[in-house]
Amino acid sequence: MNGARIIVESLKKEGVDTIFCYTGGAVIKIFDELYKHGEGLKLIQPRHEQGGTHAADGYARSTGKPGVVIVTSGPGATNTITGIATAYMDSSPLIVITGQVSSTLIGTDAFQESDVTGITMPITKANYLVKDIDDLAVTIKKSFFIATTGRPGPVVIDVPGDIQRQEADFNYPDTIELMSYRPKDTGHPKQIKSTIKLLSKAKKPLVLAGGGVNLSNATGEMNEFLDKTGIPVVHTLMGNGVNPADENQFLGFIGMHGTLYGNYAIQNADLIMAVGVRFSDRIVGNSETFAKNAKIIHIDIDPAEIDKNILVDLPIVGSAKSILKEINNVDLKIDITEWKNELINYKKENPLSYGKGKLIKPQHIIELAEKYFPEDTVVVTDVGQNQIWVAQYYRIKQPRSFLTSGGLGTMGYGLPAAIGAAVGNPDRQVVMFAGDGGFQMNMQELGIIRKYGLKVKMIILDNSYLGMVRQWQELLFEKRYSGTDMEFNPDFVKLADVFEIRSVFLKDPDKAETVIKELAESTESMLVHIAVDPDENVLPMVPAGKALDEVLTKL
Amino acid sequence: MKTDRILTDHIVSVLVHNNPGVLSKITSLVTRRGFNIDGISAGPTRQNDMFRLTIVVKGDDKSIEQIQKQLYKIIDVVKVAPIIKSRMVGREICLVKIKASLSDRHEVLQIINVFKANVVDVGGNGLIVEITGDSDKIDSFLALLESHQIVDVARTGIVAMNRWDRPYK
Repeated sequence: MNGARIIVESLKKEGVDTIFCYTGGAVIKIFDELYKHGEGLKLIQPRHEQGGTHAADGYARSTGKPGVVIVTSGPGATNTITGIATAYMDSSPLIVITGQVSSTLIGTDAFQESDVTGITMPITKANYLVKDIDDLAVTIKKSFFIATTGRPGPVVIDVPGDIQRQEADFNYPDTIELMSYRPKDTGHPKQIKSTIKLLSKAKKPLVLAGGGVNLSNATGEMNEFLDKTGIPVVHTLMGNGVNPADENQFLGFIGMHGTLYGNYAIQNADLIMAVGVRFSDRIVGNSETFAKNAKIIHIDIDPAEIDKNILVDLPIVGSAKSILKEINNVDLKIDITEWKNELINYKKENPLSYGKGKLIKPQHIIELAEKYFPEDTVVVTDVGQNQIWVAQYYRIKQPRSFLTSGGLGTMGYGLPAAIGAAVGNPDRQVVMFAGDGGFQMNMQELGIIRKYGLKVKMIILDNSYLGMVRQWQELLFEKRYSGTDMEFNPDFVKLADVFEIRSVFLKDPDKAETVIKELAESTESMLVHIAVDPDENVLPMVPAGKALDEVLTKL
Repeated sequence: MKTDRILTDHIVSVLVHNNPGVLSKITSLVTRRGFNIDGISAGPTRQNDMFRLTIVVKGDDKSIEQIQKQLYKIIDVVKVAPIIKSRMVGREICLVKIKASLSDRHEVLQIINVFKANVVDVGGNGLIVEITGDSDKIDSFLALLESHQIVDVARTGIVAMNRWDRPYK
């Protein structure tokens, strides 16, 4: 069997059903084998390798299965870099197979040669250049194992053209063990015991749910824990999806643009159980004052996250799912009525709010979308104001249903990720929110929505600015709006029309409800281009590096 | 922002699978996390495909711990062990090329004797000397030779192990 066929057969062995791929000189052989032997493999061909990589990422995040990408050498591979870095920062499992020039040509600056393993080193969990056909199958096995276990992440496999053409026997290993990689699933029993002790003594406990809860499919266990104990919960951007039965327990998301009550809870708690978080600067603000009254329990599968950004009192290394299960097995008796009442009152007095006006408020659109889209909708955002408004105003109640570029903050993520989610979830609705800036960064991917008969609902919140930066300029640079003006935006309705996608322009606040309802009920893809109030800001806001209680409620 | 970090030399011993690119993965990771490598040495171990690296970096205690955890995340890294200064055995080899005329040689040879260094090459214009020892010994050896004409110095960087027993207190 030749190397290209080995790749195809290995992917089948891994149960892959979808490949996001873009052909080229150095993968032509793989595409040929896919043509001949690719039964059961759906090929999604983006319009740009970056779009393809984000789509695979969106597929992975929404389904929990690794996203597979195949691209050619040189520019094909370098175009995936932003997508790989995005996936790496948010721990999304990707397998990126890149063609490479023949091994005899490596190092000669051959046509479409680039040092892919060198370039991707700092943005992958592991990467491999396959130099021997006999290593190919086992490298693929290893890559899937590494990408999907422990803290997930992208893995790159670089396969030279001659390796794709060489012949070898196909032996795909059933299991694999790596001496130097053994992720720990279960938490240390002693640490779990200490957790129970701390929880039962706490007067003002709080749960901080992070992306790890989604990644380890622990939302069920998390909700069970919250329901059993009644402990209030806040979440990070990536932790969206926790859903306690008692709405009073839910305090939204925290950090730079967190809710007032969420950040209040952090600053006033006496115990924080942080699950699957990495305490990023956008969550912590000032690390000296973050949760200054609280002991912190940190549950995470990656030991390197312990004490990285925040010194914690009690670390437990292991998967969120297994540790929460253990904790749920214990009958916890806690009485925190006073604390809960304090938070309920604070939440009542300091709700999220925005003004009304003659122009459409983006927050209103998001509330309408939440009202009309079903609960199991996959909600995808781009990056910037649109992203934070959705995080604030769209209550996500299902796991793996909020896709956003949290760590890298990649503008242009929204549309292709939504496409990937639609590919992986044909029975669910997918709604994308993007600003006029980010949408244009990968709008070429509109081209494949019709091609594959996908159903993606798109909302462009157009304020003709790069709004988040404009907001910083308003706050910190005396309104010198340098480089944030988006004059000469295209007519997005016409644009969608070119790609044969139904589209509507919306400017009148009175028509918003009808249009969003129509969008939610539409049986085909649809784009709504909305002119929103250009001066609207994301609030509340904790300026970078400040304490979570040094918050601005207006600019 | 902490600006008052106390930076000291730290030595980390790293056992790795000698797969292609592993050395550059390790050095780039250390650099990426904001450390400068002051010394690095690598060589095979008793196990077939394993290499041991000894890395000397400057950093504060907390960030050194973080570096060790990050090193573990490289799939080819099998073991990361800090070398504890108070109980380590550390050795370095240094070759020194010294210009020394016949009349100067006597004095140079005396220094060499005192330090138990070896002359490994003799030429018409000078010598090459090899010295093994901890870094301090090599530093003082080189300092004493300053007054003579050192043409070239090549140091291996430190290799180190923790002692069997804790030092007697």
